Amino acid sequence: MDGEELTEEETALYDRQIRVWGVDAQKRLSKAHILVRGLNGTAVEFCKNMVLAGIGSLTLMDDRSVTEDVLQSNFLIPPDEAYYSGRSLDELCCESLKDFNPMVRVSVEKGDLSQFDGEFFDKFDAVVLSCCSLKTKKAINEKCRRRPRRVAFYAIECRDSCGEIFVDLQKYTYIQVMSSYVAPCLDYILDCYKHGCLDTSDASKKSDGTAECQLNYPSLEEAISIAWRDLPRKVSKVYFAMRVIERFELSEGRNPGETSISDLPLILKMRKELCDAQSLGESYIPTSLLERILAAGGKEHPPVCAILGGVLGQEVIKAISGKGDPLKNFFYFDTADGKGIIEDMSNSSTS
Amino acid sequence: MASGSQLEAIKIDMDTIEVSNLNRQFLFRQSHVGQSKAKVARDAVLKFRPHINITPCHANIKDPEFDVEFFKKFNVVLNGLDNLDARRHVNRLCLAAEVPLVESGTTGFLGQVTVHVKGKTECYECQPKPTPKTYPVCTITSTPSKFVHCIVWAKDLLFAKLFGDKNQENDLNVRSSDGTNSTNHTEDVFERRTDEDPEQYACKIYDHVFGYNIEVALTNEETWKSRNKPRPLYVRDVLPDNLIQQNGSLENSVTEESVVSSMSSLGLKNPQDIWSLSENSKIFLEALRLFIERRQKDIGNLTFDKDDQLAVEFVTAAANIRASSFGIPLHSLFEAKGIAGNIVHAVATTNAIIAGLIVIEAIKILQGDFENLRMTYCLEHPSRKMLLMPVQPFEANKSCYVCSETPLLLEINTRTSKLRDFVEKIVKNKLGMHSPLIMHGSTLIFEAGDGLEEDVVANYALILDKALAELPAPVTSGTVLTVEDLHQEFSCNINIKHREEFDEEKEPDGMVLAGWIAPTQKDARIVSNGESTSAAHPAVTEMVEKSDDVEIAREKPGTKRKLSEMSEMIDHVHDIKPCSSHDVGDQVHPQEVEDNDDDDDIVILDENPETRKKKRLQ
Repeated sequence: MDGEELTEEETALYDRQIRVWGVDAQKRLSKAHILVRGLNGTAVEFCKNMVLAGIGSLTLMDDRSVTEDVLQSNFLIPPDEAYYSGRSLDELCCESLKDFNPMVRVSVEKGDLSQFDGEFFDKFDAVVLSCCSLKTKKAINEKCRRRPRRVAFYAIECRDSCGEIFVDLQKYTYIQVMSSYVAPCLDYILDCYKHGCLDTSDASKKSDGTAECQLNYPSLEEAISIAWRDLPRKVSKVYFAMRVIERFELSEGRNPGETSISDLPLILKMRKELCDAQSLGESYIPTSLLERILAAGGKEHPPVCAILGGVLGQEVIKAISGKGDPLKNFFYFDTADGKGIIEDMSNSSTS
Repeated sequence: MASGSQLEAIKIDMDTIEVSNLNRQFLFRQSHVGQSKAKVARDAVLKFRPHINITPCHANIKDPEFDVEFFKKFNVVLNGLDNLDARRHVNRLCLAAEVPLVESGTTGFLGQVTVHVKGKTECYECQPKPTPKTYPVCTITSTPSKFVHCIVWAKDLLFAKLFGDKNQENDLNVRSSDGTNSTNHTEDVFERRTDEDPEQYACKIYDHVFGYNIEVALTNEETWKSRNKPRPLYVRDVLPDNLIQQNGSLENSVTEESVVSSMSSLGLKNPQDIWSLSENSKIFLEALRLFIERRQKDIGNLTFDKDDQLAVEFVTAAANIRASSFGIPLHSLFEAKGIAGNIVHAVATTNAIIAGLIVIEAIKILQGDFENLRMTYCLEHPSRKMLLMPVQPFEANKSCYVCSETPLLLEINTRTSKLRDFVEKIVKNKLGMHSPLIMHGSTLIFEAGDGLEEDVVANYALILDKALAELPAPVTSGTVLTVEDLHQEFSCNINIKHREEFDEEKEPDGMVLAGWIAPTQKDARIVSNGESTSAAHPAVTEMVEKSDDVEIAREKPGTKRKLSEMSEMIDHVHDIKPCSSHDVGDQVHPQEVEDNDDDDDIVILDENPETRKKKRLQ
């Protein structure tokens, strides 16, 4: 990492963010390679963030064509049929993204990712899946976990105006900056301002010490296999709703997002089945939430795309730079209550 | 947006695009550097939403054309401002026009969105916002203890003295123990004779400010009784081989396009390096020489600009040399630039999150869904599992002098304080008025602003130098002054109370305003505050400091739902988010959930920190 200084161009362009995470982190970012499969609105927000941050390369995969839904939440594609007709999403997004930062290599990969060999994933520091079926997500997650060098795995989903992010960093070690306040109360938030950002104006940094931290992330399979009654109390309802929809899409052979409000009766039936099997009250998965998601189908509410894409962007930057507490292991946002919540779903054996 | 309706927007921004914006302001490209932000942003948005009606205005939001009538045309105002002054200004106009305002800010990984609806919620000024920090003159001129003091000295005293307006007052001279000013001596020193060799001049300046002035300061024993003494520095000691290593051929072959830089000519390439005292000294001398030889026409009318490479180099070096003298740790150019330029660190991700949250609130306002408005805080470390924390908006503060018209109290020495001090420090600075009228009962004492006739302005100029008690309608203890800004449609009353003495350290302004809930040092909840440097005050510039003193405000009894103050964070222009044209009406159904939970879906924080701790332990 030493010896290779940032260029003058990079220093000028990245000045404001170097003040947040430092030069070393920026150098690491410039060598990072990220794969994104599935280019809906949320994924595209994430891609934009990565390109602006100055990663080494971004590889895109999504051979679907443009649809109305896509145009509503994908700001990279101008609504000009003459322009986009006959071209796949990945090609269109690639062209736009290159524009955002010429120093980042943006390219397209064709093919069926779930058929690729494990070695293919060795090229990447992080893999992000969006609009993928549960089957695909699990399969790719497993492939990533088997690689000799860690490949960080993320899955992101936005339905209507709520969404989910899943993170798997396997065994992750990093240096955690300690704060004198341990209690996670409001005092701590305010205290975070002391330690949170890189304080380049104060030569004598006020840190109460650092500690090496190790986190063990469960695989996607493990995480969603945890019995619902074993989960911590008051887990986000979006988690459950997503699992029901996921199961439904699987059993009906639907593509992700291929739902409508007419599916409601079947969904409610599925909910009942799952809740019974898991001994969970059905009220944990509100009908109104399921209705919203079904009715939206593949539609995403653009501001929620921005929020989820922003949070995911931050997570990937943390993982690549090795700086900052990474999120473990699910994140939820729902406009209905406005909370952005982290849920740690890991068995005691895996945490 | 509500389905079918057309969105019309006006975007106002006086800025042009800079390279450092490009890491997050993604509507802009390298090729746009130098162009108007408002116009380029509009064009970029139209590319993916061709049917939206956006009017760009390359203008200052404080311009008189943006009056209350203008604001009344809108259903909602979204702020993406980077300074407190403008925010307060817009807040007042929104109150006067009765238009809901969505405010926001980010710094690094932190951010927040707040909504302000007259009559329903707090206004932007109901909770105190920290104003830029001022330092006592003596700290800057004589007894610096932190690096930021050295920066202020280098920027507002030395740089200003050498390259700025010669007619401005400058506190650079240090008083010697017998009270005499070294004025005569300094006047000779800083004036460069046209035949004086630039290098020699530079050395002379160096020796004067870092050597002679320090020696003079040391003669005042009192000052140094309980402080570490600074050491005087002279070129001959710091650079014994002297002669700036000039890479003659390199810098002579500089073309028009390249930036004049002492770092370049000295081969010190890395802005992250912390230079040694001798390297800083070389930079100082070289930068000064380059200003004289290559930027002669600028000398006499320069103010510090963080994007002026040579200026940044000079200020960094000067601050570091001074710091070295006083035993304060040195900083890199990168760090110094951040402090001197009040640079706010910023990333694309936080901005994206906040932008999304802004749009969500804006949509609610446009749909008339005022019951569900909320404030949201974006945290770096989760609190109660939350990275994004929604908070119920607060009711208006009944003692807010902006939206509740409560009178303020000003303690001031009416016999010695001049009207000018009152106008500058209180009316403009603290109260944020730009074109004030000051009335004593029915007598108009003073007014300022555009459109006044010359003789009127001249008359007022004379009055400014009078002490308050000597004004035609004397201002003494018990007087009530009414101060108004017609543009902001904002008026407030100030009760005057005479006081003889003020503490120079704690009350450097020589006056104390109460009722305006000014944060004291202790209550200051300051984080990096992206203040663009306001017009430099002659003596001591207001500088923003990252405060180490972060504390919770002790809740005042009897206040409803008082949130322990969250920090104010200031941002630059946000990205514009396109609103989906699909109908969002079908998705927001508040709280239909059958819920076993006893938690509120929106966080309401307890008043008592103790209770909070207890609750969590359950």
